[in-house]
Amino acid sequence: MSGASLRRHLTSRVMTVLIVVLSFTAVLALVLILGNLLVKGASSLDWAFFTKSPVPAGQSGGGVANAIAGTILIVGLAALIGVPVGVGAGMYLAEYGAGRLGFAVRFVADVLNGTPSIVIGIVGWTFIVKPSGGYSALAGSIALAILMIPMLARTTEEMVRLVPHSLREAALALGYPRWRTSLKVVARTALGGIVTGCLVGIARVAGETAPLLFTALGNLNFTTSVTQPMQTLSLQIYVYATGPFDEWHRLAWASALVLMGLVLVISLTARWVTRARYGRIR
Amino acid sequence: MVASANTRLRLETAHLTALFGQHRAVRDVSLLFPAHTVTAIIGPSGCGKSTLLRCLNRMHELTPGASVQGEVLLDNVNIYAADVSPVELRRRIGMVFQRPTPFPTMSIYDNVAAGLRVNGGRRRAALDDAVSRALQQAALWDEVKDRLHTSALDLSGGQQQRLCIARAVAPQPGILLLDEPTASLDPAGTQRIEELCHALKRLYTIVIVTHNMQQAARVSDYTAFMYLGSLIEVGKTNEIFTKPKVEQTEAYITGRFG
Repeated sequence: MSGASLRRHLTSRVMTVLIVVLSFTAVLALVLILGNLLVKGASSLDWAFFTKSPVPAGQSGGGVANAIAGTILIVGLAALIGVPVGVGAGMYLAEYGAGRLGFAVRFVADVLNGTPSIVIGIVGWTFIVKPSGGYSALAGSIALAILMIPMLARTTEEMVRLVPHSLREAALALGYPRWRTSLKVVARTALGGIVTGCLVGIARVAGETAPLLFTALGNLNFTTSVTQPMQTLSLQIYVYATGPFDEWHRLAWASALVLMGLVLVISLTARWVTRARYGRIR
Repeated sequence: MVASANTRLRLETAHLTALFGQHRAVRDVSLLFPAHTVTAIIGPSGCGKSTLLRCLNRMHELTPGASVQGEVLLDNVNIYAADVSPVELRRRIGMVFQRPTPFPTMSIYDNVAAGLRVNGGRRRAALDDAVSRALQQAALWDEVKDRLHTSALDLSGGQQQRLCIARAVAPQPGILLLDEPTASLDPAGTQRIEELCHALKRLYTIVIVTHNMQQAARVSDYTAFMYLGSLIEVGKTNEIFTKPKVEQTEAYITGRFG
């Protein structure tokens, strides 16, 4: 083997090993987090954990039923507000957003996308909690929706732009009005991608704590009233993990595991939807 | 150009100029497409033949910056008149593109029914009849009649293109515009589409854009040769190919340029 050829082979080997090591490092973080959560949290998962609300500090027992219900309610409500607005904005950007207004909306969405979530929390406190006279789950949902909207708008726009122009033309040539082309052909073709984007966005905000600190606040009791302060898993983890009691730490680990599981399920659903989509379009 | 046939389904351009911004892609073209004939538009790439075709159903104006001067007369009515709705117009003029464009989320049936539903056709029995008639016209019925409700993407490329023809003719448009419809097909698929042209001119007036001169010679009654946006020569296909009057036409069809 000549010198140059040998060097090429060596470089190739070294680079391959490097890439493998780096990939493992990336995956290692996830494995460590999940492993740690499983070790420290799994043992606390029992029937009471899912069905009971917290007991007073210092006592043992109790669960996080209030936080699980709260997470589902607050995130669900946030999705109810955020998905139509975000997807609608994305459709607008992709189909009609060539002009100056489209540019402005896109710019605002990008800035909003980069806004730290705690800032959104403070904004929620200033514009919703303070005027309405109290912390509420609804305020938390709105804060999460604000976080979700720019994300969904941009992913929806990307997905709609992936739809081939020829399909749009085919519909228009058939005598479809423009709005109907957007809705019946373009949006429907991009639906898989849009749904995936929504699920990823929902998973993202499900784990948020900062925007909720100033809006939903947290609540040790079980409630389903969205005008009251409400607990979520992320708030529960924040309070319990920083508290002084071992029992609290134990519950915090278990809550983290449940939250992680919830996010994982949503992400996996998103993956499944994406695969179904590509399986169909080929 | 020729003695006009009956005036129904008669399409004609008068001093038609199509622009992209300042660039004149089609220059002052006056051309008659007689009823129930196939007219082929040939010419080298970029000569404006597709742009001309897209002016005939007002698709050209959808491109940002595009505009049109002159007239296109459908049964003696200018389709660029202020009171003509382009959306309504496109329901009367079918179009098929270079690559098959079945709607990927729709079944074979729904693809063919799409143009009928947008026209307000909702009654199931009427839709069923129209869909099967359109698929028969497109010579696709026998191949798909047992799987009308499966995905249109499961069809082969040639079948997809015939599906697009079925979709275009389902609303009974009168005029059929074909923009290089066989460019992405294999020889067998191409042959089927060409046979369809012959069969369908009984029902429609067909305009076909093609870069393939043999195809023009095989399928068309009239041939128009375009070069650099201008109409150079038009006439009966056998005359254009055997004794063209203009030097440029002869040079092109004998393969000396293009």
